[in-house]
Amino acid sequence: MTIGLLHLLAFWMFASGVAGVVLRRNPLAVFMSIELMMNAANLLIVLASGGAGMESAATQGLSAVFILIALGAAEVAVGLAVMMAMFRDGKGASLDRVTTLRG
Amino acid sequence: MHPAGAARLATAAVGLAHLFAWVAFLMMLGTGPENRVRDLDLFPLVQIGEVGVSFMLRWDPLSQLMLMVVTGVSFLIHLYSIRYMDGDDRYPYFFADMNLFVFAMLLLVLAGNFLLLFAGWELVGLCSYLLIGFYSAKPVAAAAGLKAFVVSRIGDAGFILAILMLAGGLGTLDYTGVFSGAPFVFLRDSGSALVLTLLLFCGAMGKSAQFPLHVWLPDAMEGPTPVSALIHAATMVTAGVYMVCRCHTLFEMAPSVLQFVAWTGAFTAVFAGSIALAQRDLKRILAYSTVSQLGLMFMAAGVGAYSAAMFHLFTHAFFKALLFLGAGAVMHALAGELDVWRMGGLARPLRWTFWTFLAGALALAGAPLTAGFFSKDRILFSAFMAQPNGRALWLMGLIASLLTGLYIFRAVWLVFAGKPRVKRVHEPHDAPALMRWPLAILAVLSLGAGLLWLPGNWTRFAPLGGFLEPVLGRGEPYAPPGREAAIMAFAVAAFLAGLGMAWGMYRKGAVLVKSLGGRIKPLYRLLLNKYWIDEVYRAFIVKPLFRTASSMEEGIDRDAFDGTAEGLAGSALDYSGSGRRYQTGHAGHYALAMALGAAGMAVLVFIVQTWVLP
Repeated sequence: MTIGLLHLLAFWMFASGVAGVVLRRNPLAVFMSIELMMNAANLLIVLASGGAGMESAATQGLSAVFILIALGAAEVAVGLAVMMAMFRDGKGASLDRVTTLRG
Repeated sequence: MHPAGAARLATAAVGLAHLFAWVAFLMMLGTGPENRVRDLDLFPLVQIGEVGVSFMLRWDPLSQLMLMVVTGVSFLIHLYSIRYMDGDDRYPYFFADMNLFVFAMLLLVLAGNFLLLFAGWELVGLCSYLLIGFYSAKPVAAAAGLKAFVVSRIGDAGFILAILMLAGGLGTLDYTGVFSGAPFVFLRDSGSALVLTLLLFCGAMGKSAQFPLHVWLPDAMEGPTPVSALIHAATMVTAGVYMVCRCHTLFEMAPSVLQFVAWTGAFTAVFAGSIALAQRDLKRILAYSTVSQLGLMFMAAGVGAYSAAMFHLFTHAFFKALLFLGAGAVMHALAGELDVWRMGGLARPLRWTFWTFLAGALALAGAPLTAGFFSKDRILFSAFMAQPNGRALWLMGLIASLLTGLYIFRAVWLVFAGKPRVKRVHEPHDAPALMRWPLAILAVLSLGAGLLWLPGNWTRFAPLGGFLEPVLGRGEPYAPPGREAAIMAFAVAAFLAGLGMAWGMYRKGAVLVKSLGGRIKPLYRLLLNKYWIDEVYRAFIVKPLFRTASSMEEGIDRDAFDGTAEGLAGSALDYSGSGRRYQTGHAGHYALAMALGAAGMAVLVFIVQTWVLP
């Protein structure tokens, strides 16, 4: 029962992450939403590895989670640097300004 | 680096090279004549297919002789340039280029295979381009540098083809392999031997300024005077003669080409000598004189007298360097004046220059007992004795000698004798000591170097000819002493005739010439304009070439190629227009697309797993 609720929580976290990325204009908020999505994924992995009921699957799942957390930390370093660059020119950091890829 | 330091370093480097050349010479004298041809294989260079080429040097009497001449004369020219170029803002650059020039020439003469020879050959061409165009701010000088490069490149094209023929036919480019193997592959008098040697000679014609590729050399006078001296005496133009002598085994496989070489040389000798008669620019007179003398060398090579050709190259290096450096001293005294009609009366103020220039002029004209006399006599004698057409060639040579005496003493009289024809701003003064000494040394050599090879059959004193024998062969016909003396008498007569005509015409400045000038005006204008060769080239080669090139640019490059490429790009742009609207550049839109795509995939997987697979 708890397991089902936790799945629902993961789904809800992921969905709000997607909504945040798609709808928000503030790069910091978008960034936080990405983190939210990643943590939803982490939660799912933990749930799946625990639910399988096997010792080896549990350790594999947990180590995957640790790798993902490390990945998130690295992403923070890069992402914050990008944001610093955006904030620096003083014109505000709306993602609407960044449209270099426009065809 | 400090400018003076650069000059000292450059001069010392060439001086040291000359010292080493002497050491090498003494070492060579220590061995027997049969051991004097040596290849020094240093390290492998490239492997092209089955043709391996290494950095191989050839050390034999021929390259040893060139080594001495090149380093010796270049050293004196460097010494002279220290003062002559003083104050130029590119003083160190000048010396660096001069040194590179000497290096290139040394590589050329020391090469042990055709690839290295060609490398030196091209490097010499590059240096001549850089130095002729030294005053690059002057458009004429830049154009002259370009002309030298392009015209000699026409010859080089032939040379490259000849080298490829050798590599293809023999599988080697080493002198040893080529000269021993070629007679078996390119049979005597066969078509391939003919083509090979013609191509080789084509290269020599470009480098040594033989008709019809002679046009670059007179224009090369735009460079500083020491450069002219270097190009005309020690480096560059002698390369063609050297190459023909070096490859004489190849040329002997095609006697008809040798005849062609001889006739080209003889014709060029007379042709260029006649142009020199009418020129007003002192350096141009000397330039045409070089073309003419190189013609005599080719004539000698063409009749098989390779040692005689090298002998004349050797003596010519001294007196032509001397004459150019003397012309430089005159320019130095007259603030760059070059027109001989605006000079006159310089014998007294420029005493050193006058006497040394006179020595050079005597040697050039072949005054008895000077170096030029002996070497020219060797050439005329060999031509006279040659079969076939020897007498005709000899006559051409004799006419060329007469012209030589006429034009060089015309220059001497116009420059040094009489009174100044133009009022001078300040009194001319003789060159400083550092410029006088090279002149004096060269004057001694111009007068005395001929003693190294006295007319063979009487005196049997011919150390130079004997020295070259292991490479170039004996090559000297026998004639009874009486005939040899008669031939020599003709040479002396030609010299005296030239001298006498110059004296008669120019002794009193231009009086007689002016009265004569009216009657022979068409001839004079023909000579002054150098037979309009440059104009003919411009009209029939340069202009059509430019016209073709510009129509190609318009029609093919711009319309056909650019048009096709731009048309394709334009239509791609048009078709991509509808797709471009979806690329908004907003990160949110891309994220939404990704999310929807992922959701769509998830739904698809769900559908497939639930309904399709079971």
